[in-house]
Amino acid sequence: MHELSLCQNLIDQLNALVRQHGALAVSRVEVQAGPLSGVEPQLLETAFLMAREGTVAANAELFIESPAPRVACPDCGTESTVTANNLTCPQCGSVDTTLTGGHELILARVELISEQDPQTS
Amino acid sequence: MCNTCGCNVTDGNRHLLAPAPNQRVLGNSPARILNGLLEHNDRQAGLNRARLAAEGVLTINLMSSPGSGKTALLEATIRQLGGRLRVAVIEGDLETENDADRIRALGIPAHQITTGTACHLDAHLVQGALDRLDLSKLDVLFIENVGNLVCPASFDLGHHRNVTLLSVTEGDDKPAKYPVMFRAADLMLLTKTDLLPYLTEFSPERAEDCLRKLASRSPVMPVSAKTGDGMADWLDWLDGEVDHYRQLRQSGATQRPRVQSEGRTLHATTGPEIVFKPVGFSPLSA
Repeated sequence: MHELSLCQNLIDQLNALVRQHGALAVSRVEVQAGPLSGVEPQLLETAFLMAREGTVAANAELFIESPAPRVACPDCGTESTVTANNLTCPQCGSVDTTLTGGHELILARVELISEQDPQTS
Repeated sequence: MCNTCGCNVTDGNRHLLAPAPNQRVLGNSPARILNGLLEHNDRQAGLNRARLAAEGVLTINLMSSPGSGKTALLEATIRQLGGRLRVAVIEGDLETENDADRIRALGIPAHQITTGTACHLDAHLVQGALDRLDLSKLDVLFIENVGNLVCPASFDLGHHRNVTLLSVTEGDDKPAKYPVMFRAADLMLLTKTDLLPYLTEFSPERAEDCLRKLASRSPVMPVSAKTGDGMADWLDWLDGEVDHYRQLRQSGATQRPRVQSEGRTLHATTGPEIVFKPVGFSPLSA
C-alpha cells in the first residue's frame, strides 16, 4: 500500500540516527513487517531501492523479517502461531482470540558506518 | 502500483514528505519511526473524531472493491430513512463528481473528494471535507471510501464504524484473500443479493465462515439495494449505532472502530539496536 511513504519516513529517521551518532552512512537496516501490518515486504524492498538513492542509506541493504501471526486465546489460555487468514485458536477453535503478533511494523536494527567505534572510544 | 508510483501521496499528506529538520525527535521508539506517516494521520483522525463528537455526528466508513454497490446502498438508505435521520455523505473517488451528484439528486448534502491517483482517503482529506459540511445539522455522516480492498483499511479517518461491503458478484473467499480489510469490519454487508439466484457459486455461509476465521464476531447481513431485501436489518443496525453513540457521548466517551481501537502501541519498544561498522565496510564484501 503506502510502502514508498513509509520508506521516505524510514530514510528521514536513518538521517537522524546518522547525525545523532556522528556516523558517515548506513550499511544495513533490519525491519520487521508482519503479514497483518498492511505492508508487503517485497513492495517495501522495491520502494527502499528508490527511496535510498542519494541518501545516507544509498548503499545500505534492507533486511525484512515477517513474523508469523500469533493469537492468544482467552478460552483455553494458549498462545499459537496461525496464518493471516485464519486467526481462530488452533487448540480449541475459539473466535475470540487476540492478535499478539504478525502486525508489527518495527525498525529493529541499524548498522552505521563510523570513522571510529563510539563504543570503544 | 502503490510501491512505485507514490500514489499514496495525497494533497492531504504531501507536506509530510518535505524535510522538516527541526521536527525530528531523537529517541523515538522504532514503532513510531516507521509509523511516522500513520501517526501524523492518526493525530488528524483524533482531531476529526473530536470535532464529530462535539456535533454528535456518528460517522461510518464504507469500504469495498470498486463496483460492489456502495453508492447504490447509500441511495437506498437515504430513500428508506425518508429524512428520519439527518444524513450527509463524503464521496472518495480518483476522478469525477458522479457519486456526489447521485447523492445530491436525493436532496442530501454531499462533498466529493477526488484523490487524483491516491488509492485511499486519509484523515487530512476528510478534514478538508468536514470544513465543507454543516456538521451541526447532521446525525449520521457516511464516508464512501475509494473502492479498494487494501489501502483504506490502514487509515483512520476519525470515523466511528467500518462497514465493509462484499457483493455476491465477487468471490465468497474475499475475507480470506484480504484479511487486513475484513478484519477491520464492524459490519460486513453482502450486497446485490438479488443476483444470488444467478450466482449459485457464491455461498453466503462460506463468506461468513471466512470472516469468522479472522477472529471477528462482527455481524454479517445480506442486502439488496435494488429490491430492498435486508434493508430493514441494516437500518436497525444503523439506528442501534446512532443510539449507542449518543449514549457514549453523554458519558463523555467516544466510539472507535473495533480493530483500530486496539491501537498501534503494542509494538512500542525502546529503539532500534545500533551497530557500528568501520569506514570502508561494504555490505557487498561482508
